[in-house]
Amino acid sequence: MVRTSRTRDGVRAALPLAIAPLLFGASFGLLAIDSGLGAPGAVVMSATTFAGSAQLAAASILEDGGGAASAIVAALLLNARYVPLSLAVASIFPGSRRRRALESQLIVDESWALAGRSGRFEYRVLVGAGLVLYVVWVGGTALGTVIGDLLDPEAIGLDAAFPALFLALLAPYLRNRRALATALVAGGITLVLLPFAPPGVPIVAASLAALIGLLR
Amino acid sequence: MSWLVIAVVGVVTIAFKASGPVLLGKRELPARVASVVEVLAPAMLAALVVTQTVGGDRELVIDERLAGVVAGGIAVWLRAPLLVVMAVAAVTAALIRLL
Repeated sequence: MVRTSRTRDGVRAALPLAIAPLLFGASFGLLAIDSGLGAPGAVVMSATTFAGSAQLAAASILEDGGGAASAIVAALLLNARYVPLSLAVASIFPGSRRRRALESQLIVDESWALAGRSGRFEYRVLVGAGLVLYVVWVGGTALGTVIGDLLDPEAIGLDAAFPALFLALLAPYLRNRRALATALVAGGITLVLLPFAPPGVPIVAASLAALIGLLR
Repeated sequence: MSWLVIAVVGVVTIAFKASGPVLLGKRELPARVASVVEVLAPAMLAALVVTQTVGGDRELVIDERLAGVVAGGIAVWLRAPLLVVMAVAAVTAALIRLL
């Protein structure tokens, strides 16, 4: 049965996962207080940057006294992957340039991955899932600035749940030989660079594996 | 100082996320570019799996996450739904941490 996905499908896909951004958001909120970003700063950063790993990296560098420049560089290296992620879904956004710029802010690893679960990217799933994750991430951050020390995502294994989600979303692609080869090369590049390169660089380098698409 | 970090990281990240839909938009891509974009998804998913499973700060970290992801991988192989895969991975990692 072929049916167009609706925003509601994205909301439904993301809601059960929402416990994770809630707790990771709270971890960021707590860390942000300790790092001097402050509660208003933490919430503003979650609402504008909306990218968990980069925010956690920036806050922990500031907390260790690493300085603004290294916090900025680390966070931007981690977020550079959003350029290839954004290019992959460029064509699904409708409407004016301004509307596309605004709605593309809902691109985050999980909404992006969920939007592609049927094998082609679906705009409404991305927007629905992105909205849920956005609200929960910003809300979790605010909550964390108040009661962050009561919430620990790692105690319930949530740090293992997300790579498993990405693995599950990768699996359907692997039946295609070219996609399988690309995934293996990308995983290999990442694994080789992880011990040396600053966090974020291995993922960006792995996007070069997509050049396999040029082979016929 | 911290507001400088918040502002710069926010503005540049917004530009990163908007780059595809704003610069490329709905334009028809040349066939060669389209074939690269087509395999970008499996490439990025594989890279996310690897970094989030064994990634550290310039090191490989083998810990409970790997056990959780292996268990989740078995669930994927058995065609379990997404939520079951995530739950299997989380519970496995959490239980090993308790031991």
